[in-house]
Amino acid sequence: MSLLELTGVTRSVRLPDDRLLEILRGVTLSVDTGEHVAVVGRSGTGKSTLLNILGLLDAPTDGEYLLEGVPIGRLSARERTRRRGRDFGFVFQQFNLLPGRTALENVAAPLMYASGRQFWRRRALATDMLARVGLGDRLDTMPEKLSGGEQQRVAIARALVRGPRVILADEPTGALDVETGQEVMGLLDEIASITGAALVTITHDLAVAARAQRHYRLADGVLVPVDLGGAGHEWVGDVPTLPGARQLPAVAGGVAGVPELSRPVPARAEP
Amino acid sequence: MTGVVGALVEAWDELRLHKMRVLLALIGVAAAVMAITAVTAAVQMLTQAYTEMTERQMGRQITLAIDAYPMSEQAGPATTELDATFERALQRYGITWATRDWYTQVPFRFTDGTRLTEVRAVDPDLGTMQRVDVVEGRWFTDADTDAFAPLVIVNEVFLEQLGSTGLDSHPTVLLGDEAPVRATIVGVTQKTWPDEGPTAMVLYDQLARWYTPEGVGWGAPVPTLKVWVPPDAASDLAVRLERDVAAALPGWEVHSYDNRNNGLGAMDGAARWVAFGVGGFALLLGGLGLVNIALVTVRHRIREIGIRRSFGATSSRIFFGVLMESVVATAVAGLVGVVLAVAVIKNIPIDLLFGSGLQDRPPFPVSAALVGMACATAVGALAGAIPATVAVRVKVIDAIRY
Repeated sequence: MSLLELTGVTRSVRLPDDRLLEILRGVTLSVDTGEHVAVVGRSGTGKSTLLNILGLLDAPTDGEYLLEGVPIGRLSARERTRRRGRDFGFVFQQFNLLPGRTALENVAAPLMYASGRQFWRRRALATDMLARVGLGDRLDTMPEKLSGGEQQRVAIARALVRGPRVILADEPTGALDVETGQEVMGLLDEIASITGAALVTITHDLAVAARAQRHYRLADGVLVPVDLGGAGHEWVGDVPTLPGARQLPAVAGGVAGVPELSRPVPARAEP
Repeated sequence: MTGVVGALVEAWDELRLHKMRVLLALIGVAAAVMAITAVTAAVQMLTQAYTEMTERQMGRQITLAIDAYPMSEQAGPATTELDATFERALQRYGITWATRDWYTQVPFRFTDGTRLTEVRAVDPDLGTMQRVDVVEGRWFTDADTDAFAPLVIVNEVFLEQLGSTGLDSHPTVLLGDEAPVRATIVGVTQKTWPDEGPTAMVLYDQLARWYTPEGVGWGAPVPTLKVWVPPDAASDLAVRLERDVAAALPGWEVHSYDNRNNGLGAMDGAARWVAFGVGGFALLLGGLGLVNIALVTVRHRIREIGIRRSFGATSSRIFFGVLMESVVATAVAGLVGVVLAVAVIKNIPIDLLFGSGLQDRPPFPVSAALVGMACATAVGALAGAIPATVAVRVKVIDAIRY
């Protein structure tokens, strides 16, 4: 049983002129614990919508989404929200740090919606998480005093502080320079690996996507597996190209031709 | 539990973060609560002051007075018979608070000679029944009746004309003209108006023992019987006492009167309604200001609300959080208002405002404080509900991109 499983998911919206716009069309994707999956695609192809559906911020118009084998349609709104907070961590392109709050308060913010030990020990947990992303000395710094890379590290710490099972990163390096982007992705990879969380990265940066174990391309709402192989890719039209990059046929539950996880998946660490 | 604590912590954080905005919004609320609370308390004090002033003149609620006076020279008996009639009436109806009150004149020897002085012969109960305010020394006790020497309580003018400055020197005064006795001054009452002359109060039974004023009987002042009775029994007792005294004293005219209907209740009620009206209007204005600022703030915070939803904040939690911001803020403002009201009320110069100090200063009315706090919280809840509704209607994905 996969951690996340989309089967034939469609998302459409009705436009003001009453036309139906299909953002996602028959998307099939499965993500297992500890996996790193990347989805590439140009702007406006539905990447963020896919991420919102995966993160329970949006719901499919059609198709099925199983979360640990449970159809999300069966979950109440409250339960979906509860699981979103508990099981998913979001990293946004623009960091989305809460203004006026220190780094520590930002990282502790998700724990306000936790219960028990996580709630009562939120400051200690947030302090520890900031130390793990190398910002142990910037606890009381306001976001606007931090560099872009540091702000994204705070956002990563915030996404991980509740010990999510899935990290959803929407263009995590989009607002960073290449070097800082690589640094941040290295950190995200490392921490996801240590905590055992699945990492789904949405990006238009092929170098960032290439860090994942499995790669997909989203074009016109259709998700197809691709093999990015290594770095040095570029876009040609709607398709990422690189020496050896090839499009693979999508299959339910996985993608043919994608190598098995080469590293052991560690147990989920308690925050 | 963590949900409620979390919402409160969040609300407090928001207030801390937006101190200036909150401060501006809440000044009106705090001022309104202060107005409601302070005016309510002030009305209570004013009412108490007026009550005490009235009770000094006319006795406590309800005091019945029985006046009896002879209709002809032949009908005038000795005061002893009048006293006995009063005593029988008191015993018959089990009345415990009673005093005879006799305005007469008695010679006292001052530094410039012996002068007839206004004297009020009373029983010890009068001190409580008419809130006699002794500024120095003490009021009479029951045991004083059996004292070997007469005891007197004089006003400040009396003491001054006697050449004494206070009770520290244990002043005495000669009472009577032909065979005077030395009376001890045990208490001093305040001078209440500028041209007040010397006056004294003596115990009725003691005066009878040492001095008999001239002219008791037809045409002269006679003792009045005053009794302090429960309000529900007052009317019935008035009729019975009047009837009994008249039956015992043929040829005497007997009248009773009481001190009801002095308008205290109406004044109290009207002032209270004015206070609530003015305070309520101020609170409404404060609340509207709060709604306005809260709405603007929520629009500025839409992205933040979206981010919080991505953390797992339920819509009810967001609603409760925004509502609590307003409620916590107004509750704090209400508390500030109540504290200010207490500070103002506790420092009111009562002597200056009401002419005299309060004997039974009413405690700060807890009900006024509670009403103030309840109003502030209710305004906070109402002012918070509108922006809270706006906050939960925001679509999460739109809010994050806002």
